[in-house]
Amino acid sequence: MKSLAELQKLREEMQGKIGIRHDGDTSIRVVVGMATCGIAAGARPVLQAFTEEVAKRGLNHVAVGQTGCIGICQYEPVVEIYVPGQEKVTYVKVTPDMVPKIVAQHIVNGQPVNEYTIGAAGAVN
Amino acid sequence: MYRSHVLVCGGTGCTSSGSARIISAFEKELESAGLAEEVKVIRTGCFGLCALGPIVVVYPEGAFYSMVKPEDVPEIVEEHLLKGRIVKRLLYSETVAENSIKSLGETQFYKKQLRVALRNCGVINPEDINEYIAYDGYMALGKVLTEMTPEDVIKCITDSGLRGRGGGGFPTGRKWAFAAAQPKGVKYVCCNADEGDPGAFMDRSVLEGDPHVVLEAMAIAGYAIGAQQGYIYVRAEYPIAVKRLEIAIRQARELGLLGQNIFGTDFSFDVDIRLGAGAFVCGEETALMTSIEGHRGEPRPRPPFPAVKGLFGKPTVLNNVETYANIPRIILKGADWFASMGTEKSKGTKVFALGGKIHNTGLVEVPMGTTLREIVEEIGGGIPGGKKFKAAQTGGPSGGCIPAEHLDVPIDYDNLIAIGSMMGSGGLIVMDEDTCMVDIAKFFLEFTVDESCGKCTPCRVGTKRLYEMLDKITKGKGTLEDLDRMEALCYYIKENALCGLGQTAPNPVLSTLRYFREEYLAHIVDKRCPAGVCKALLTIQILPDKCKGCTLCARNCPTGAITGELKKPHVIDPDKCVKCGVCMEKCRFGAIVKK
Repeated sequence: MKSLAELQKLREEMQGKIGIRHDGDTSIRVVVGMATCGIAAGARPVLQAFTEEVAKRGLNHVAVGQTGCIGICQYEPVVEIYVPGQEKVTYVKVTPDMVPKIVAQHIVNGQPVNEYTIGAAGAVN
Repeated sequence: MYRSHVLVCGGTGCTSSGSARIISAFEKELESAGLAEEVKVIRTGCFGLCALGPIVVVYPEGAFYSMVKPEDVPEIVEEHLLKGRIVKRLLYSETVAENSIKSLGETQFYKKQLRVALRNCGVINPEDINEYIAYDGYMALGKVLTEMTPEDVIKCITDSGLRGRGGGGFPTGRKWAFAAAQPKGVKYVCCNADEGDPGAFMDRSVLEGDPHVVLEAMAIAGYAIGAQQGYIYVRAEYPIAVKRLEIAIRQARELGLLGQNIFGTDFSFDVDIRLGAGAFVCGEETALMTSIEGHRGEPRPRPPFPAVKGLFGKPTVLNNVETYANIPRIILKGADWFASMGTEKSKGTKVFALGGKIHNTGLVEVPMGTTLREIVEEIGGGIPGGKKFKAAQTGGPSGGCIPAEHLDVPIDYDNLIAIGSMMGSGGLIVMDEDTCMVDIAKFFLEFTVDESCGKCTPCRVGTKRLYEMLDKITKGKGTLEDLDRMEALCYYIKENALCGLGQTAPNPVLSTLRYFREEYLAHIVDKRCPAGVCKALLTIQILPDKCKGCTLCARNCPTGAITGELKKPHVIDPDKCVKCGVCMEKCRFGAIVKK
């Protein structure tokens, strides 16, 4: 390392990787259903995709976690996003390629991606 | 990329209660659950709550598991990491609220703490320089080298009001200014990590939990005074600290944060480790430097002070580990920020190692000016078994005992000296009513007698004579004249010993005489030890009305001092009794008492 700028670059890179260790200030929660039904439907790559997307954008206030079965197994993988002060949004049949859009549009810009939500899926059926 | 981090305490306390086995259990379980790519296990430094170790914290939830056993690991992996359900039964009880988990900051133990020197301990992986960098590591060094002159650095440290955390409390900025004022040439920066007070482990925890902070601060000191070489003098009894320091130095060199032309500037600086063999006197600054030079660790007279003529006869700055741990923060956040904490003459925070008769033994960091009562009763959780607080010992063998009447004194350098103790490096041992103060004074004198280097007579002979007089008193053979002679000898040693070790050695005697003279008198005049500790002054008796004659005591007595017939009260022969107390432990009827 030959300059302070290099140190700053390394610091920013590393901050994305340890962001989840901030106590208390994780205000937005992304919860992926990881019961047998969710895992069988492919929840694990979805969880990975969220983790990577959140880290890549350095979103230190976002925690990615998992939960059990919430009873709508036919819609797995199910992802719920909790933003303080807003109603929970439930995404269904999520695939890893949907993740960047959900993160960008919902978590960063505050606009839920309606076509992926359970409401949209219910209307189709 | 990992979605969850499992932090396992790798401080000495938790390591000795088995945290290494917990880490390997986690690695094995995560592997078999197929989570090894998703969950990262990190060995950190000390969280401070050593009494509840081994400690495991799982992020992003921040779940604080305490007293974890390797058998608990499969449950944590299965329930928490796989299914996302926190294992409530293993949580630190104070963090469990009705339907949620309270954050650690809200618990009694952490609420009043303010972590500056310890801020990275229990947060980062001390063996990974990248994690230190993520928490602003080496940014202060970068700022100093690119934006500040050496004079700016010294002014910043002086204005912050930082004082030496090793015990003496000398203003750090002034120390640096003296060394900087010496003519250009070879100068040295040393770090005193020879923490030797019984019960003190602040510096060890910083080295184990955040070794890079010391390297960064030493480089800053090197820039401020014009030195290119640093030495860390650390006890060989701290193997984990030594290993992590070695790793830290290697990683810093690899990234070019130690070595030639740091950040592309003209400034070059490197650090080496020197191991101490465990002599207490080597924590004294002149003895420490003599030892680094390769000689027998003996103090030398001051002046000349180290800032003028120190290591290898060159101007040297020597600071303690905790002092250094404050430096990068002060540079980044400013002198005013640091000076806003603490009391008028003692700024910032202080780390204390809480030990003795207290619930939450461990490591705490509080702003200067916090009262002893807050530390003992609130953070420390009070005294176990409903016993009464008698005194707190601060400053180790150089300090004194603070009685209950001074519990509300705000702790800072000057207040502690005014009440006959001293800050010392920060050991804080709590004593309850079962502690004999004469015995405590004797314990510390025994330590100084052992550790006196022998160079000057007041310390070599004086402490030995003091110890003999204390021993005489605890055996019930002391006289009132002994008490007067002892006091006179204390002042003589204080005034005439060569180094800080000797000059402060009588403090445990003087402070117990000041606050607990009636206890000394009880030993001398009444031939009685009020706390029931001094064996020679005790008699163990069987109460005939309570004794059922079960013979259990007689069968367990190692010296055959107890006799009696079955189902009839037994008696103890005082000539044979060695007062070991085995009979009292064995008796099921509470029929045996100490008097």
